Amino acid sequence: MTSIIEIYQSLGLFERMVAFVLIAPFIGGILAGLDRKLTARMQGRVGPPILQPFFDALKLFQKERIVVNKFQNVNIVLFFVFTIFSGALFFAGADILLTVFGLALAGTFFILAGFSVGSPYSHLGAERELIQMMAYEPMVILLAVGMYQVTGSFKVAEIAQYHAPLILYLPGVFAGFLYILTIKFRKSPFDLSMSHHAHQEIVRGLTTEFSGPALALIEISHWYENVLLLGMVYLFFASNPWVGLVLSLGTYVFEIFIDNNYVRFKWQLTLFSSWLFTAVAGVSNIIVLYAIR
Amino acid sequence: MGWFKRSPWMLHYNATSCNGCDIEVFASLTPMYDLERFGIISTGNPKHADILAITGSVNVKSEQVVKNIYDQMPNPKVVMAVGICAISGCVFQDCYNVLGGVDKVLPVDVYVPGCAARPESIIDGVLKACEILQEKHARQEKKER
Repeated sequence: MTSIIEIYQSLGLFERMVAFVLIAPFIGGILAGLDRKLTARMQGRVGPPILQPFFDALKLFQKERIVVNKFQNVNIVLFFVFTIFSGALFFAGADILLTVFGLALAGTFFILAGFSVGSPYSHLGAERELIQMMAYEPMVILLAVGMYQVTGSFKVAEIAQYHAPLILYLPGVFAGFLYILTIKFRKSPFDLSMSHHAHQEIVRGLTTEFSGPALALIEISHWYENVLLLGMVYLFFASNPWVGLVLSLGTYVFEIFIDNNYVRFKWQLTLFSSWLFTAVAGVSNIIVLYAIR
Repeated sequence: MGWFKRSPWMLHYNATSCNGCDIEVFASLTPMYDLERFGIISTGNPKHADILAITGSVNVKSEQVVKNIYDQMPNPKVVMAVGICAISGCVFQDCYNVLGGVDKVLPVDVYVPGCAARPESIIDGVLKACEILQEKHARQEKKER
């Protein structure tokens, strides 16, 4: 682990970004495969092979392209590019605020893609995605603010090298982030806009009109996003790399556990509960931190 | 490469089935049979699907729907008739509203017999459908060249 970190620190900013772009989809895809396997085991099934998400993506690239609006795939490509961009910035050790806003911009393009097609299911999914974005965005920004308050820097590289684990100063922010992480991972109970599961109410929600290569891009962007989000969890424990790695993977397993144990919430409950959690856990943590320092 | 074989996504449509075959289709997703171990996902969206599984005979009302769903699926695609009603219309074939089996309306590739079709034979049918899917893809690529 220390040797990996040494190699990482010897790389330049641009090289780190390239490394993220190349390595992250493999990690993200295997994480998605582990997710499906674990989910199956929790439900008493055998489950697909670990590499199943890669098979799915490769198959989707071979399917026919069906386009109902010529702008729909432009938006998906922009969603893909900005997700990679924000992830690459994060893993290059750049500004965490820019990462957060880049991710929000990627999400906006995804919503625009949903609205650009004709299907009412897609529109409903896009509206729900907007509500989900309203629900999680405050907490994501509070995460950056909290980390700045503790370390005095918005730079990921400096936050990661802080001498003590951030979780000691930001337990509330971590709890709040864990809550909205379920929305970001698109897990039940918050998989309102689109769901990976067979139980669905608005067909495939946002992705209803996307088929073939465009759908594969959405999947791959999701892998990048997952790696980025687990990287954010890692930041809370970054003073000890092994603990950080184990706990960020533990968080992922925890999200899968939640996914299998809850039914889908309505949008009202999603929005108000996540804002309540943000206010109680996140904002109060930051106020206390401000008062102490 | 044979990616279609590794990840066939299935769309299930009930034309006029008595729900017997439908229940068996969903039974094949349960822990007992677990279709997903072959990478098979039951999707509710024709634009994501590779295999169209139809249960029940086709009648005047469901004809348009079946055709519409088939047209929305991106190529390559395979149609699977599940159960004896979907194959020939069975005892309902003489009814005034029934057109007959699915093959009266769509080009059916795989016939899964049974009343109701057993989960084992549905899984077998899906795996057969995967092979046809792969062949269709190979043929399509040849044409493009």
